[in-house]
Amino acid sequence: MSAPTQPGPMSIPAPRTPQRNSQRSNLELYSWLFMRISGIVLIFLVLGHLLIMNVLDGGVQRINFAFVAGRWSSPFWQTWDLLMLWLAMIHGTNGMRTIINDYAERDQTRFWLKMLLYVASGFTVLLGTLVIFTFDPNIG
Amino acid sequence: MASTPVGTLYRGGEGMWTWVLHRITGVSVFFFLLVHVLDTALVRVSPESYDLVIASYKTPIVNLLEVGLVGAVLYHALNGLRIILIDFWARGPRYQRQMTWAIATVWIVLMVPGTFFMLKHTFEAMFGSAA
Repeated sequence: MSAPTQPGPMSIPAPRTPQRNSQRSNLELYSWLFMRISGIVLIFLVLGHLLIMNVLDGGVQRINFAFVAGRWSSPFWQTWDLLMLWLAMIHGTNGMRTIINDYAERDQTRFWLKMLLYVASGFTVLLGTLVIFTFDPNIG
Repeated sequence: MASTPVGTLYRGGEGMWTWVLHRITGVSVFFFLLVHVLDTALVRVSPESYDLVIASYKTPIVNLLEVGLVGAVLYHALNGLRIILIDFWARGPRYQRQMTWAIATVWIVLMVPGTFFMLKHTFEAMFGSAA
């Protein structure tokens, strides 16, 4: 009987062969879990926001600068809006990242679309946070 | 039309279409969110500029788009709950089809009165108060 031959370059590794590139991370697991946890929190924050702003007590027709000033005089609504901004933006950005990974096939395209996404999201989160923290009811 | 493949959870059935709708509503809401943070940021410019842009939210056409936005968010929320139940509830995958019809029912039950209150002012402004 002849000795087992060395596997050729195109062969499939034997089962239980240790991974050569062992830089595995749990990032995708955490991202999957984050979508579910943030999703549950966002159901309350966003549906509550839409109910107050669009449905109850005249809905969107009663919204103006004074209405915003009244709400943001309360730390409760400031915290609500800040948490909603951050969770919704990270949840949405992560969803867009998944969609780009699914449909953009070229490495370069995928990379630049994601860079554009992260820049747009980062800018929006920072702008929104700045607006909530520096809001001045006596402006203008 | 080709017959629906059997034995798969997703292709051609409720599972696939809820997934397609989840993506479409998710992307739509994300782009609206970017715009909405920008328009709200106008409170930092002046009350006049904020009130000006909010006035466009009160016009009949944008008012109708808001119903679409609320419908998209509500669908995404309900289907998200369905996805969580499929992932974490042992019997979730077996009942995914029933859960699809359950969320469709809840969606309609909430959207009918929601649409009424959202469009009430627009209808009154366009056709006069019925009462």
